[in-house]
Amino acid sequence: MLLEAPFTEKKIRALRVGDRVEITGLIYTGRDAVHKYLHDGGKPPVDLTDSIIYHCGPVVVKEKGKWVVKAAGPTTSIREEPYQGPLMEQFGIRAVIGKGGMGPKTLKYCKKVGAVYFHAIGGAAQVLAERVVEVEGVHLAEKFGAPEAIWEFRVEKFPVVVTMDSHGKSLHEQVLKDSTRRFEKLLG
Amino acid sequence: MPGKKSGVDARVLQENLLELIRRTSTQLPSDVVRAVHQGLRREKKGSTGRYALEVIRDNIIMAKDKSQPLCQDTGVIICYADLPDWCPESTFRKAFEKAVIKATKVGYLRQNSVDSITGINSGNNLGPGGPSYHFHPIKGKSLKVRMMLKGGGCENSSIQYSLPDNRIGAGRDLEGVRRCLLDALIQAQGKGCGPGILGVCVGGDRGSGYIAAKETLFRELDEKNENPTLARLENRIMKEGNGLNIGPMGFGGATTLLGVKITHRNRVPASFFVSVAYMCWAFRRNGFMMSGSGRISRWLYES
Repeated sequence: MLLEAPFTEKKIRALRVGDRVEITGLIYTGRDAVHKYLHDGGKPPVDLTDSIIYHCGPVVVKEKGKWVVKAAGPTTSIREEPYQGPLMEQFGIRAVIGKGGMGPKTLKYCKKVGAVYFHAIGGAAQVLAERVVEVEGVHLAEKFGAPEAIWEFRVEKFPVVVTMDSHGKSLHEQVLKDSTRRFEKLLG
Repeated sequence: MPGKKSGVDARVLQENLLELIRRTSTQLPSDVVRAVHQGLRREKKGSTGRYALEVIRDNIIMAKDKSQPLCQDTGVIICYADLPDWCPESTFRKAFEKAVIKATKVGYLRQNSVDSITGINSGNNLGPGGPSYHFHPIKGKSLKVRMMLKGGGCENSSIQYSLPDNRIGAGRDLEGVRRCLLDALIQAQGKGCGPGILGVCVGGDRGSGYIAAKETLFRELDEKNENPTLARLENRIMKEGNGLNIGPMGFGGATTLLGVKITHRNRVPASFFVSVAYMCWAFRRNGFMMSGSGRISRWLYES
């Protein structure tokens, strides 16, 4: 299904675990340094109301004066677990895109504020980079380095799967529970 | 000309190494591609796990066609070089570093080297400890270079056990090793991009164990272990690991593992380490054989 900007609470609340979604609109990258910076009281250089944050450290190079995305897959999200939920609430972040899913704290905030977790396919840097049609800006690159900067990506039909929704459901929780049960059985 | 002195044309060596980095970053070895396709055939049509593998399959094709990194995390650069007389270590190092700088500039490699104390990114992938070299002087005539790019997601999922480990009931025997490997898969889910590959070393010290675990990943996935005991264990872990139903990207499904490679080192009586180097599906390794004239006689891993 398609999800187009603006990313309103109503649209986000309608999503369920397992939905395959194609996102069109402006999204912002942000990973470890950005999350810590915002958590420590840093001012966001862009308006994060109803925004989507992409956990991604892309390969971006300048060609003929223009930024070109060479690779842009997701990074592991769980590292942002301490920060993500509170930042969603504080700034109105509506969704994050990442890989590996997040924990109970983020899941709780997803329900509370009306947000979801989108899983992009880890390592699929080319399939995903192709859906970034334009780089509209970059912030904090000098402070944090290119992979850790906030990049403004205009995306078209960016493919993701909902693995945590705003109704308290998490695919990651389910798979962990099921695989742990199988593991314990194998150990006897 | 530094090339003249050492007997190898430094510029040709540098160009060959740049091509090696390009291929490693943008093309998966053929044994890994075969394993991904086998996984695809196993997953149920319409399942989320199969969807993940379909995207992975498309990504492999696209990266090769566009000559761009398979994964944006071009990882830690691991380089093994068997150096014949005509290629001194210093010459190799210089050529490799120039190739790395160029590869970073054109985007085959991400700026991936961060000063651990100041947090400053060197911007060119060079810095203390990187690239990670392993040099071996040899008597032969050909220069053999193998490299691996190992991303942070899978490197963070690597794990080392000191047996006995009460948490998982692992004693100092092969059954204990089995328990460690299955546990490593449970721990890695969602962190290292699955389906994954386990490089394992039983024994050694904490340092040598991890190095051997990574080194064993240079063996091809379909190559049978010469040690029959370890070959059996590899097969068993493949079967049981896939039965955990963690699946591609941890979405659930029958393909959790693409391969298991186990090696061993002697240990001191007091220690029993099991070192597990977890590798993601974007298993970037490549290599070549090069003669003194600068000609590449063979690419490894491409058949």
